[in-house]
Amino acid sequence: MSQSIPTGTRDILPDEMRELRAIEATLAGLFDARGYGEVATPTIEQSESLDAADGPGGSGYRFFDEAGTVLALRSDMTIPIARLTAHRFRPEEGPFRFRYEANVYRAVRPQRGQMREQRQVGIELIGPEAPGGTVEVMELLVGALDAIGLDRAVVGLGDSDLFGQVLDEYGVPADARHRLLTRLAAHDLVAIEEEVAELPGLADEQRRAIGGDALARASRRLADTYEGLEGAGIADRVQLDLGLLRELGYYTGAMFEVYDPALGHVLGGGGRYDSLLGRFGRDMPAAGFALYLERLHIAQAEEERLAGGDGS
Amino acid sequence: VNARPDQGGALSLALPRGSLFGPCLDTLDRAGFDTSEPRSDSRALIFDLGELTIVTVRPSDVPTYVEAGAADLGITGKDVLVEQADRTVYELADLGFGRCRMVLAAREGSDQLGEAERRLGSMRIATKYPRTANAYFERVGRQAEVVEVKGSVELAPLVGLADGIVDIVDTGRTLAENGLAVVEEIGVCTARLVSNRVAHKLRVAEIDRMVGRLREAARG
Repeated sequence: MSQSIPTGTRDILPDEMRELRAIEATLAGLFDARGYGEVATPTIEQSESLDAADGPGGSGYRFFDEAGTVLALRSDMTIPIARLTAHRFRPEEGPFRFRYEANVYRAVRPQRGQMREQRQVGIELIGPEAPGGTVEVMELLVGALDAIGLDRAVVGLGDSDLFGQVLDEYGVPADARHRLLTRLAAHDLVAIEEEVAELPGLADEQRRAIGGDALARASRRLADTYEGLEGAGIADRVQLDLGLLRELGYYTGAMFEVYDPALGHVLGGGGRYDSLLGRFGRDMPAAGFALYLERLHIAQAEEERLAGGDGS
Repeated sequence: VNARPDQGGALSLALPRGSLFGPCLDTLDRAGFDTSEPRSDSRALIFDLGELTIVTVRPSDVPTYVEAGAADLGITGKDVLVEQADRTVYELADLGFGRCRMVLAAREGSDQLGEAERRLGSMRIATKYPRTANAYFERVGRQAEVVEVKGSVELAPLVGLADGIVDIVDTGRTLAENGLAVVEEIGVCTARLVSNRVAHKLRVAEIDRMVGRLREAARG
C-alpha cells in the first residue's frame, strides 16, 4: 500500500498544529469581537456555481457525482460565501459580516512545491459600499496582522479596474489588451515595453505618461479610500500601488495584498467584489480578505528569529 | 504619497557565476560600484559593495533565490527565465548584454531531423532546456521527443542519442567544431534584471533607483 500523500498536500503534527491553532484562535477572537460570525460551506460545490463567478478554470478539481452532476473543490471561500449570502438571506437583513477558517484547493504546477490544499482565514463584509466598507475591511486586516505579532506587515492597495479601462481609453485592440493585462499581472516589464512599442495606436507621449479619465476615476477611488484609512489611523500601514494586479477574476475597484519584510511571499489579499453577488441573483456590494495561515505562521517564526538576532 | 521608511540593510543582488559574470561586474563598475573583491576572490560567495550585497550563484539558480526573497534582485539570462517561466519573479529590465540565440541545431549537411519527422513522425531532441524546447515544438505544431541532458549537448546527435539539439549559441563556434549547424532560430536571449515580488513592493523606491542606475550603466 502506498505510504505517500499527494504532492502539494501535507500532514500536520502536534507542535505545528498547536501554533497554527493559536493563530486561528487569536484571529477568531478578534473577528468575533467585531461582529463577524463564523460560517462554513461544503468543501465541494456544484461546479456551475463556482464557474458562474470565476469564469472557466476556477477550480482545479472537478468530478462527477452518482447522478452525473459536475462537482468541484472550492478554490477560495469568497465565492461560496457570496453564494451562501445570496441564497440564505435577503438584502434588507444586511449588512452581513462573516468570518471563516477553511481549506481551499488550487491546481498546482508540477514540481514546484506549491500547495494543492491551503488553509485560509478571512472575513467578508457584504452590504457596505466603497469607501466605507473597504476601510472597515482594511482596518480589520491591519488589526489581524498586529494581533498575531506581524506589526511590520504592510498592505499594498491598488485598483483592479485601472489598467483595463486605461487600455480601453487608448483603443487598444482586444488581443493586445489581453496580452498586456496578462503581462502586467506577471509584472513582466520587458515584455510590456516590447508590446507597447509595437502597438500602432499609441503615440510616444502616451507610451511614457498615462492619464485620462480612467486614471482620474481610479485615483479618485483610491484617494477616497485613503482618506478613510487616514481617519482610521492605519494609513501608515498601507502602501498605494497602482501597479497591483491579482489573478482572481471577480475583483472590482479596491484590491489589496499583504507583505511582510521577513518573507518573500505574499501573506494574503483581498478587495472589493461588487458584482459577484449579482451573479447569484442578489446585487450587493462587498469586500473581504483572506490570509494564508501557513504563511502567517512562517512569517511569525521569521520575525521572531530576526527579533532575537541572527542564529538564536 | 506615503513612502514607507526603507526596511533597512543593503539591497541584495544575485549574480550568475558563468559567462554573464564578467559583463555583470562591468555594468556594476560603470554604475559606480567597486567590484575588485568579487573579481579577485573566486571562493567567497557573498560580497559587500556598500549599497549592494552581491550573492553569487549558478545562473539557473538566480530565479530560485530571487523568488524566495533570499535576494531582492537578480541578473540572469532570458534563456533561464523562459526555462523557469513558472518561477514568480518580476522582470524589470532588459540589460542588453549577454546576447545569444536559442536555436534548433543538427548535423551539418544531414537531413536527419527532417527525415525523422517525415518517416517517424517525431524528432528526438537533446537539450538542457526541456521546457523551452517542448513549448517551441508545441507552438509550431510539431512532434518531438525531448531528452534532457545536463551538459555537452553537442555530443547527443553525434553518438545517436538524438536527431538534433536545442541549445543557446553565442558565436556558433562550439556548434561548428562539432559539425553541427543551426536549423531554426527559436529566440534571442539577453541578460535581464529581475526582482522578488515582495521586495519590489516594500523597497520600491530603492529598487527603482537601482534599476535606473543599472540600466544606464548597461547601456553605456
